[in-house]
Amino acid sequence: MAKTERAAAQEKKVNHLAIDNTFTPVTYDPQYILMVNKLKKYFPIKGGMVSKTVGYVRAVDGITFNLKRGTTMGLVGESGCGKTTAGRTILRLSGDKTGGQVLFNGQEVYDLTPKEMRALRTKMQIIFQDPFSSLSPRLPVGEIIGEAVREHNLVPKEEFDDYIDQVMDNCGLQPFHKDRYPHEFSGGQRQRICIARALALNPEFVVCDEPVSALDVSIQAQIINLLRELQEKYKLTYLFISHDLSVVEHISDSVGVMYLGNLVEYGATADIFRNPLHPYTKALFSAIPIPDPDAKMSRIVLEGSIPSPANPPSGCKFHTRCANCMARCKVEAPEQKEIEPGHYVVCHLYDK
Amino acid sequence: MAKKKAEGYLSGREARRISKENRRITNEFEKQHKRKNVPESEYLTEMRDPNNTVEFDNLHTYFFTDAGTVKAVDGVSFEVPIGKTVGVVGESGCGKSVTSLSLMQLLQRPQGQVVEGSIRLNLGDKAYDVTKMPTEKMQHLRGNFMSMIFQEPMTSLNPVFRIGDQVDEVIALHHGEGKTKDQIKARTIELLEMVGIANSEGVYRMYPHELSGGMRQRVMIAMALACSPRLIIADEPTTALDVTIQAQVLDLLRNLKDKINSSIMFITHDLGVIAEMADYVVVMYAGRVVEKGTVEEIFHHPSHPYTIGLMASKPVVGKQVDKLYSIPGKVPNPINMPNYCYFKDRCEMCVAGCEGEYPHEVSLSPTHKVSCYRYYDNAEKGGER
Repeated sequence: MAKTERAAAQEKKVNHLAIDNTFTPVTYDPQYILMVNKLKKYFPIKGGMVSKTVGYVRAVDGITFNLKRGTTMGLVGESGCGKTTAGRTILRLSGDKTGGQVLFNGQEVYDLTPKEMRALRTKMQIIFQDPFSSLSPRLPVGEIIGEAVREHNLVPKEEFDDYIDQVMDNCGLQPFHKDRYPHEFSGGQRQRICIARALALNPEFVVCDEPVSALDVSIQAQIINLLRELQEKYKLTYLFISHDLSVVEHISDSVGVMYLGNLVEYGATADIFRNPLHPYTKALFSAIPIPDPDAKMSRIVLEGSIPSPANPPSGCKFHTRCANCMARCKVEAPEQKEIEPGHYVVCHLYDK
Repeated sequence: MAKKKAEGYLSGREARRISKENRRITNEFEKQHKRKNVPESEYLTEMRDPNNTVEFDNLHTYFFTDAGTVKAVDGVSFEVPIGKTVGVVGESGCGKSVTSLSLMQLLQRPQGQVVEGSIRLNLGDKAYDVTKMPTEKMQHLRGNFMSMIFQEPMTSLNPVFRIGDQVDEVIALHHGEGKTKDQIKARTIELLEMVGIANSEGVYRMYPHELSGGMRQRVMIAMALACSPRLIIADEPTTALDVTIQAQVLDLLRNLKDKINSSIMFITHDLGVIAEMADYVVVMYAGRVVEKGTVEEIFHHPSHPYTIGLMASKPVVGKQVDKLYSIPGKVPNPINMPNYCYFKDRCEMCVAGCEGEYPHEVSLSPTHKVSCYRYYDNAEKGGER
């Protein structure tokens, strides 16, 4: 099989820096649009005279989750924890994966030929973080939205203009905006353009990479409402990456909490917010400022900052900042466990 | 052939006329600022209430741009009491930052000018009007009496100098007389420790790129606090940071404020942070204060439709709503402001009076003031103008 060959070749290439790439393959379950199993993405650190690989930045280090059709999963965590890399790796946007599986509708994304991948791109789209730098300043808006539609021959030539008008209308843009350039728009409208660009291809699955972080509170609400409306209308599935927990709670059906490349906790939104289990999740939630002056909070303050993903701590990666650290945490990495139905946590505290 | 002119289109002749006019106005102001040996009596003033650190009184800050005059701050009045934190909230472009820059005299000159009103600073034994002070004298106030924590720690540190040198410079300039280099260094390290940097000796020798966002923000805070200022202006100090780091920085600011007993003017658009930090809240919209009061009044009884909308549009952890409220429309064009209430076109609670001129301030309680026609009845009963 091509896959084992490739894995073997990879192993040979980097045997001096062995990557643990063992995982039990999952079987496809049709209720899930996306199944991610022990996905890893390492970035090599080059050094020395001949630029050989001297180490890895473990950006995504074995994450496992399943995403049901038509739902939204929120991915939260501090900056530098690998949220964005996870989103891009799932879409095969950052080169080859290091290990694990990504099954999109039962199809391993990384096994596709470039031609097949190109066809699949219409099904999985991404809305980028910063609407100020992700739009080409030299293209008019109609062209930004329509470029991919034309490339993929999704609509006949004569219907093209009407189709773009309709997509723009769905996203709250006016037809006369088509000939304008991105610099003529405000942040909220640019984000609408980014959404229109992603949705013009009729995707099934959209990665929203911090779509509202760069926007004002009142504009944020507009964009969040728009995303929800479109989800209902087109039965979209979202992977919603954000560091704003209140937004994630509002929009998501399930939530994954990432820390240093690992998914430390994952489950239904209500379960996670009502009953956070992992010490990191607890600390993260206690840090959310509540807009009520009378709210008294007991804040768990995390000491220090996030360790380097190039040289992560041994055992459980969170043990250096954890309030409940035990001797065992320093040597042994915990496994993912199901505490309640659908609520998974990676922590030694919950070993029975 | 009538070619349709886009909104805001200016002919070349008109643009030239505007810029010529602007130059005339700004040159006038610049002359005032650049004077030397200005007698103190000219900018000496009286505080309205000696318990205030700063009083903004009917402040107007305009930007004279080539496309027309932008009234960035248009009649803002509020005060910062000694030892208290005042939160200033509003959307981007509402004039929050320009208000604080007017106070520091750090406006982009010559285009940006304070054209009317006064900012009274309480120096203890005397009070100064910042708007009338020449640039030369301002330098003694900045850093010593008031200092600013800037928005983006990534861009406000100089990338080519070591952290230690940058903090040293502040101390040497303001409190450096008679101090040796070693004394200044000792003070810098003390400051870095005060803001919670563990490896302070190491950080002293580092360059900004070697630090994370939270650490850089701490360095910015250390610089701002170097001379124990009586007033700290924090311009969105946590916007670029993660929630966990934000919690650390907010705790730090609160503790330090108590330690050196200073006031904080806290500018942000995050209502959660305001609720946690502030004693008083000022809500700004399109260059004007629409509502102000204590933090309890603003959060429990938001009165201006804009404040109510702002509160409703923010998702809150633990409160599930089906659809978020979003304020319809957008902020009016700052060059052609309407002559009625600026919020009227977006307001869903309009009353008959809204057609009239911009509403004056109505007192709902001694501390709670709102500019809205909906409360004019209350004003007749007990409020005053």
